[in-house]
Amino acid sequence: MNSYAEYTTGEPLVDAKAPEGPIAERWDTRRFEAKLVNPANRRKHTVIVVGTGLAGGSAGATLAEQGYHVVQFCYQDSPRRAHSIAAQGGINAAKNYRNDGDSIHRLFYDTVKGGDFRARESNVHRLAQISVEIIDQCVAQGVPFAREYGGLLDTRSFGGVQVSRTFYARGQTGQQLLLGAYQALSRQIAAGNVEMHPRTEMLDVIVVDGRARGIVARDLVTGKIDTYFADAVVLASGGYGNVFYLSTNAMNSNATAVWRAHRRGAYFANPCFTQIHPTCIPRTGDHQSKLTLMSESLRNDGRIWVPKAKGDTRPANEIPEDERDYYLERIYPSFGNLVPRDIASRAAKNVCDEGRGVGPGGQGVYLDFADAIERMGRKAVEAKYGNLFDMYQRITDEDPYEVPMRIYPAVHYTMGGLWVDYDLQTTVPGLFAIGEANFSDHGANRLGASALMQGLADGYFVLPSTINDYLARNPHKDEVDAEHPVVQEVLSETEDRLNLLLAVDGDRTPDSFHRELGELMWEFCGMARTETGLRKALERIPQIREEFWRRIKVPGTGEEFNQSLEKANRIVDYLELAELMCLDALHRAESCGGHFREESQTPDGEAARVDEDFSYAAAWEFTETGASPVLHKEALTFEYVHPTQRSYA
Amino acid sequence: MKLTLRVWRQKNADAEGAMSTYEVDNISCDMSFLEMLDTLNEELIVKGEEPVAFDHDCREGICGACSLVINGDAHGPERTTTCQLHMRSFKDGDTIDIEPWRAAAFPVIKDLVVDRSAFDRIIQSGGYISAPTGSAPEAHATAVPKPDADFAFEHAECIGCGACVAACPNGSAMLFTSAKVNHLNVLPQGAPERETRVLDMVAQMDTEGFGGCTLTGECATACPKGIPLPSIAAMNKEWLRATRKVNR
Amino acid sequence: MALATRTDRRPSLPRTVWDSTVGKKTVMAVSGLIMLLYLVAHMIGNLKIFFGPGDFNHYAHWLRTLGEPVMRWEWTLWVVRVGLVAAVVAHAVSAYQLSRRDIKARPSKYVHKKPRASYATRTMRWGGIILGLFIVWHILDLTTGTVHPGEYEHLHPYQNVIDTFSTWYGNVIYITAVVALGFHVRHGFWSAAQTLGVGNASRDRFLKTCANGLALLLTAGFVSVPVGVMTGVVS
Repeated sequence: MNSYAEYTTGEPLVDAKAPEGPIAERWDTRRFEAKLVNPANRRKHTVIVVGTGLAGGSAGATLAEQGYHVVQFCYQDSPRRAHSIAAQGGINAAKNYRNDGDSIHRLFYDTVKGGDFRARESNVHRLAQISVEIIDQCVAQGVPFAREYGGLLDTRSFGGVQVSRTFYARGQTGQQLLLGAYQALSRQIAAGNVEMHPRTEMLDVIVVDGRARGIVARDLVTGKIDTYFADAVVLASGGYGNVFYLSTNAMNSNATAVWRAHRRGAYFANPCFTQIHPTCIPRTGDHQSKLTLMSESLRNDGRIWVPKAKGDTRPANEIPEDERDYYLERIYPSFGNLVPRDIASRAAKNVCDEGRGVGPGGQGVYLDFADAIERMGRKAVEAKYGNLFDMYQRITDEDPYEVPMRIYPAVHYTMGGLWVDYDLQTTVPGLFAIGEANFSDHGANRLGASALMQGLADGYFVLPSTINDYLARNPHKDEVDAEHPVVQEVLSETEDRLNLLLAVDGDRTPDSFHRELGELMWEFCGMARTETGLRKALERIPQIREEFWRRIKVPGTGEEFNQSLEKANRIVDYLELAELMCLDALHRAESCGGHFREESQTPDGEAARVDEDFSYAAAWEFTETGASPVLHKEALTFEYVHPTQRSYA
Repeated sequence: MKLTLRVWRQKNADAEGAMSTYEVDNISCDMSFLEMLDTLNEELIVKGEEPVAFDHDCREGICGACSLVINGDAHGPERTTTCQLHMRSFKDGDTIDIEPWRAAAFPVIKDLVVDRSAFDRIIQSGGYISAPTGSAPEAHATAVPKPDADFAFEHAECIGCGACVAACPNGSAMLFTSAKVNHLNVLPQGAPERETRVLDMVAQMDTEGFGGCTLTGECATACPKGIPLPSIAAMNKEWLRATRKVNR
Repeated sequence: MALATRTDRRPSLPRTVWDSTVGKKTVMAVSGLIMLLYLVAHMIGNLKIFFGPGDFNHYAHWLRTLGEPVMRWEWTLWVVRVGLVAAVVAHAVSAYQLSRRDIKARPSKYVHKKPRASYATRTMRWGGIILGLFIVWHILDLTTGTVHPGEYEHLHPYQNVIDTFSTWYGNVIYITAVVALGFHVRHGFWSAAQTLGVGNASRDRFLKTCANGLALLLTAGFVSVPVGVMTGVVS
């Protein structure tokens, strides 16, 4: 029996900031009730923003525009490189430009349903409302969205919905939106309102008298560890998908900021909710360092299939039509290849588990464009997906115009994150979490083109309104400086941790531990989870952790540019976070969205939610490393979208 | 595959650098170039040597972090980013030279890592549209002719990797600067700051110590995103127009 | 790093132009085009040599009376000369300053050398130096007569030209310079078009053809004179 798994349940958690009343009026109500900071006083307030992705970049720029003094950090060499840049598909907005029956309420409904009824209604509705303003804002900034010949904006449809509400910029929507935010941020940097620290990684948060007052960060070039102080700290550090080692995240995306915040008192909510994206390029071997996503938009025209017979090794083109199983079209006739991501991923896993997978190791399914090429012509397919096809060919050396693409699911996004209230404040006063770093809006599964929407909603509109309330209510606080005993303690803990990593001088590389942890998590906490598997993982993780601290090898010193040290330090946190993810997955004995427990399925193999027992967000409170955490439940109530079994058949 | 690598090693910005030779074995042709370097680094760490430092992040060709000059070519022999270059572009037994971007405005930080903050400062000097959050009009208030929107997009694709500077014999940042100027200046939203934008960005580019353009075309050949050479002419036109208008 | 803010007073037009790499390139483009126009006229004038000494010497005389009666003897010629000197100086100073800047911008070379297409940069720089030196010699030879190989006779250019091209070095220097000129014009004309913002993707072919045509025309036109002397067509 594992002691970590014997968690205790604490006080239920209530979102005290969410207003009552009709859902469409709640955001207005909250904005009105929130106290304001006098514009003249704003420059006296310093706000730290960690991360420069869609959420962080837009928040930093907007807070600076409002007059706050912003101190911003990113580990990349430039704020323009945050991984939001890699989002391909698009951004949803309830503009109803197509006149196809879309509305704010429909976007709200789709998102709550898509999240498998594990998100807060109030938050999701706010997101849908703001979606409209985001498009206006981005267009004004010069984001070159795709346009029709009349000069108006084009939209397309995306997995899991039946309206065309996704705005896009070819296959590079994330890039264009991020550059918009980056440019707005750059303007504020030039104006002296944002003090930007690139190549600087946050290593801990400073909490004094129960309030977040600053961070500890390391200059990645000089290795100098420094403290930075502020009246509020905003974490926009992204998701934790890299726990799995192989994911579609950037190589250096990491969980250190959120995990350190968690250790300092911020609850971590729904850590087991991870999204496995169905259309990624399969791995080719042990050398694989990351997985590359192929945009979900490919499913609009591509047909997914595997051979009907097990172990069929014939080349795809030699398998006759009647020996192919277009399994998504067969199982889900009304949505077909456009079912939500969790469903498409699990279906791919199932056919591969049956031994019908294709490609090396049988870990792949075909995404076939032969029909689309015949129907639309090669030219049209090229115009729509050319850059994606090129990318696929560059990576695999196969021509997708001639042979079907091979795809396989891969870890993509984490719906879980720091628990935040309606104001996006964590359980540590003054500590806010926005974008993928928080847990709030996507429930157990995120719909395509919703992440960009949420990141920008949080950064441009929600946080800049709600943070005023916190700053206004906490106007004069004691000065905190580097000499403060709490600060000294946090600083020395950080230094000790890095020094220890350098001192072990063992025989294993950081990557070898990361890969080992990732494989374990993929096997037991990946697309399908079982109690036995999760318990096995919970047993194994502390062992890896123990071995890590015994055998890790980090060359060089801490006083220089040292990428091995950066990596090793991130793995320290993955090794603790992984444990919490498994525990959360173990405790949630139901299937919902991206979390599929094999014990909980319908007779035909679909996810079976257990609303009576699990209609809550699980917020975990840290106790100490390796010790069982305390669970706080935030009950979820559904007044507008009544929970039903999701059906895409 | 077995390869000989000659890699630029430089302890820090102030140290002298030199090429060091390494042998790597069991390289699969499916590996990306950076995965090949990962393999080398894993071996170096186990041997107690310092791994080769290089910038990389998304590894899908969009963040612009990776920045290696491979056998004299920025991003190597294929027209793509280093992270999307695969080992099948090389042969067993090859010797591969790996160097950092070289330009006065991009000082080396360590090994193959350079400081590209000059690019950020060029953007800060005017590479934006001043549209504070909340001030935006309805998105459809201004239609943008499709050719203009496409022209803007073509230039907005720049990933800011710096290959143009690395490839240019003059270390010039004209292609980078022109990409942003052209993206924003063609859009109606960018019109109010059209003149100041190009003047300030070009001035900042010069301040950073980049060289001038002699139109050798090396930049456009190296650009992984295919920003075309005529972008530079288009920016020159904008600049000349701006000097006339601002001084009127 | 201090950034220009929008409230700054902007420098004057000449300051803006001269302080900027783009501006200096504009200076080079404009001065280059002025010289190019002159060269076309010069080349056409040279061809009069094939009509014999009378025509050619008369042409030299006519140049000095150009603009009469508004202008007096040689006035126009001097205006042109002053203009040309200004163009040459502006062109050369800009080129020198830009080249220095370019070299400074790339202080360390790549270890892995490649036969790069810095061909253009190199031919422009070396070609420019060759042409600069040539101009000095050319003036001393045929305008002032200081280094003229034979008996220099003012206003009798026909004989002067024959004298020059009757020496081996006269031919070598001249033909080398004219070939350098061809290469210089070939990249320079197209480059000037880009600098002045005339170039775009659809016009590129046209501009390149123009550049090649001009370069070829000038080279052929100028070379025809020494060739004429050498073959005895002009004697």
